[in-house]
Amino acid sequence: MSDHRPTTLLAELTHRCPLHCPYCSNPLELVRSRTELTTEEWQRVFTEARALGVLQLGLSGGEPLLRRDLEALVAHAHALGLYQTLVTSAVGLTRERLETLAGGGLEHVQISLQAATPELAERIAGTRSWEQKLRAAGWVKALGLAFTVNVVLHRANLDQLEQILDLAAELGADRVELANTQYYGWALVNRAALLPTRDQLARAEAVVDRKREEYRGRMQLLYVLPDHYEQYPKPCYGGWGAVYLVVSPDGTVLPCHAAGTLPGLDFATVRERSLEWIWRESPGFQAFRGDSWMREPCRSCPRKHVDFGGCRCQAYALTGEAANADPVCTLSPHHGVIVAALAEGEAAAAVEAEAAAPGAESPPTYIYRAMPRAEPQSPLHSTPLG
Amino acid sequence: MVSISGDSRPALWRLARVDYDPVRQRRVLLYPEGAMLLNDTAAEILSLCDGVRTVDDIAGTLGARYDADVRADVLEYLSRLADRELVRDVRS
Repeated sequence: MSDHRPTTLLAELTHRCPLHCPYCSNPLELVRSRTELTTEEWQRVFTEARALGVLQLGLSGGEPLLRRDLEALVAHAHALGLYQTLVTSAVGLTRERLETLAGGGLEHVQISLQAATPELAERIAGTRSWEQKLRAAGWVKALGLAFTVNVVLHRANLDQLEQILDLAAELGADRVELANTQYYGWALVNRAALLPTRDQLARAEAVVDRKREEYRGRMQLLYVLPDHYEQYPKPCYGGWGAVYLVVSPDGTVLPCHAAGTLPGLDFATVRERSLEWIWRESPGFQAFRGDSWMREPCRSCPRKHVDFGGCRCQAYALTGEAANADPVCTLSPHHGVIVAALAEGEAAAAVEAEAAAPGAESPPTYIYRAMPRAEPQSPLHSTPLG
Repeated sequence: MVSISGDSRPALWRLARVDYDPVRQRRVLLYPEGAMLLNDTAAEILSLCDGVRTVDDIAGTLGARYDADVRADVLEYLSRLADRELVRDVRS
């Protein structure tokens, strides 16, 4: 689709979340609930998005179920003709609520699984959630909704991939999205604890190939490659401001969920400007659109319209300059930082393996995602999250 | 790889549906996490993918409509969609 209209909007309805996953794609500085868009503001965003050409709406977060107006948002988006996906941890979902959402036009539910066993899954999520996820999967199936299981892959769960896929099939998933961790935000903070070894990835890829055939026709497998191990970077959402946009809980509109980390870019909010102006005219969306911003080695590269120089956010996080080639690319003069990171991951994995022998499992040490505490601290708000 | 042949009976994936996009004034195939703009020919092919007609039937219907041999094009298009699991051969 090259008509310069967005097809997909990811609505991060809230950053509040019962889970604390150490690879969370939300920014390190989470938006507080009091600045979240209101029901009417979100509905206006959806209306404007539809007029701009958006066809797919992802209702995400944080945990979107924490928005008490989710039903009203789904009903509004359905009336506009948007295909809606709820991206949820399933924590807090009830059958009754799912029935209302399905009745209101929700078509597709994605439930995250962190691992194939409750012990590991809950250690990764930093909270109890296993039983609830399995129950919720049953409701999704019973209501006839399209059902995707999504799994973020990293060193602690890659070796369970086969059991994860069998579990997803048992739960009746139509699709499984396997996304190797992308290292920005929380995941970058936890990179040494998350990076898999090359051996693990090779085994995982063999599992994916085998299982894809086994489940063909029943369950689709999507495997997002671990870009740190690739020769070339991934084409981030088909290029900056090409087909995809994210609206943050406070209404800031971004070309991807991590773009807010880039310095010097002014991203407007839907409280200040129309979505159309932001998409077409705003400096933030213009910044890396097309290829005129590219430097070498991208500028003269025959792949520049294949991968668009990779990820701007990763280029900034790892080289200090957003306009550099994504250092994942083996042609990047900064590729050494990736090589070093992989070595760091292998070394950390080796230390873990040594600590684990014999028999005892050694959990990786994660820095869990958490909301900053509300301040000033009142006695009513002093209970730690989780 | 999925092989689609003349006697395959293609049907759209249960979770995919054809809709009309008034913004682009085009028909569009919608499915979980995806959208594909359809040209008129593609939309006509998909409208005939009912799990009963064979690929040869579909090619015959469209061929008569356009007075042209479209079998190779129909086969190629449906094979591409089948490979992405958007179309299934219900015969298999």
